[in-house]
Amino acid sequence: MLNASVVELSSALAARRVSSVELARLFLERIGRLNGSLNAFITVDEERTLEDARRADARRAREDAGPLTGIPMAHKDIYCTKGLRTTCGSRMLENFVSPYDAHVIERLSDAGALMLGKTNMDEFAMGSSTETSYFGPVRNAWNVDCVPGGSSGGSAVAVAARMAPAATGTDTGGSIRQPAALTGTCGLKPTYGLVSRYGMVAFASSLDQGGPIAKTAQDLALLLNAMAGFDRRDSTSTDRAPEDYSRMLDISLEGLRIGVPEEFFGDGLDADVRARVEDALRWFGAQGARTVPIRLPNAGLALPVYYVLAPAEASSNLSRYDGVRYGHRAQDYDDLIDLYTRTRTEGFGEEVKRRILVGTYVLSHGYYDAYYLQAQKLRRLIAEDFSAAFQACDVIMGPTTPGTAFALGSKMDDPVQMYLNDIYTIPAPLAGLPALSIPCGFDSQDLPVGLQLTGDYFSEARLLGVAHRYQQASDWHLRVPPGVPL
Amino acid sequence: MSLSKDEVARLARLARLAVRPEESVAVLERLNRVLGMIDAMRAVDTRGVEPMSHALDLVQRLRPDEVTEGDQRALFQAVAPAVERGLYLVPKVIE
Repeated sequence: MLNASVVELSSALAARRVSSVELARLFLERIGRLNGSLNAFITVDEERTLEDARRADARRAREDAGPLTGIPMAHKDIYCTKGLRTTCGSRMLENFVSPYDAHVIERLSDAGALMLGKTNMDEFAMGSSTETSYFGPVRNAWNVDCVPGGSSGGSAVAVAARMAPAATGTDTGGSIRQPAALTGTCGLKPTYGLVSRYGMVAFASSLDQGGPIAKTAQDLALLLNAMAGFDRRDSTSTDRAPEDYSRMLDISLEGLRIGVPEEFFGDGLDADVRARVEDALRWFGAQGARTVPIRLPNAGLALPVYYVLAPAEASSNLSRYDGVRYGHRAQDYDDLIDLYTRTRTEGFGEEVKRRILVGTYVLSHGYYDAYYLQAQKLRRLIAEDFSAAFQACDVIMGPTTPGTAFALGSKMDDPVQMYLNDIYTIPAPLAGLPALSIPCGFDSQDLPVGLQLTGDYFSEARLLGVAHRYQQASDWHLRVPPGVPL
Repeated sequence: MSLSKDEVARLARLARLAVRPEESVAVLERLNRVLGMIDAMRAVDTRGVEPMSHALDLVQRLRPDEVTEGDQRALFQAVAPAVERGLYLVPKVIE
């Protein structure tokens, strides 16, 4: 059961082979056993999970169950959950209990999914290693001396270590796909606007997007069916007819045009990662897909563009943490400005402060045109590169990350080295495109390698179909980290 | 572009953050490393390119001018650090 996919658990629940309460106990027990060493969860509320489970079993007894009814899930601690604290990995929100649920939480809970707990993350989703969390770093289940990637590292490790069948994450510059790649799990960042940002603590609002992390592409489709949907409370939510994201799982690979951007295979790409990705491309070729060399000439600018836009938006979004309405408030202060300053200096960690300072700088008087406006113009050029590429191909494939999981602490002293982890994941959110990562093998250290698939706007069903076909012929996604045997 | 210690102090003031003296060297050095990386985009010729402020070039949705939310003051103030008689408490700002 621990290694079963959501789809398999759903069938087992439907066939009454297992109850939701039994599943909840199974996963809670595993969390209790492993979380001390992996630190994937910040908050677990067993009573609440079991309460959810009893309700799900009651729904099933009344024949009122859907595919996710009774499925235990972990939620990134960036999603507001009524009655259970939402910390966002920050001291600023250490004791914050939201008065309302995020839209994603509402939808999953309406579907009958249970919440196992809230997962650890880089503070305010700013990081690529889950080391900036106020609650301590998350450890990679494949090697506890390595990071799991970030910022959704807790969610990725919860799934990788089989502490949860599935989890939610959020992705601004790679925060779902990069940890999925580094932990051997699957993660999808949907098209911007598909999943409501209501109740998802804001980092960079023009980029932030919620999505699922799971063991299989098929599960991602099932989860996205529940998570996506119009929400009037998010002004950027897309009002589209609901679709079934699993409708293309039997897609034919014959004649599929796979764009391979040369910019994603340049210097800095680890040799093992390159080899595993090329293996995957060869497999697709053998199924009748055609690889098409493409160019994304401005992709090399994505990192600097992102590190102007995201901090700019963050500095604005995080100005709300002032110690007045909610969150941390300094104990001693002289006046109002001092209250703000002490509260923010105590409440935020180093990386968050750095990004606020960068954002303040690029938005400050005299620099706006040279930085912020210039970055927005380059953002358009990056998006136009993708539009041109999708004239020639149906899906773009390449590595999710330039390397595999790295040692804890090894990049904390050099922010730019840390940021370079996201060079392949940043372009898609700048354009607003959907992208996912699936496991495609291991490096010489037995650490997982991720294959990234990027599609045109709203092409999630096709991306998931292509990924599913690969997973029908491979078992990388089913491997369990040896350090956490079932 | 490289920032000086004074410039960082000014930015910190604008952002309502304090940089402790013992960390100011590291803060400055790391900040300048990030700004150095960002500099790569400044030289690119972008004349005639329309800035892209949002993925999908979204247009703000409008809604009828109707009251849709009830009064939830008590609920929201329940998580505030300091309130009194329905008001948020802050240090005195007017003499």
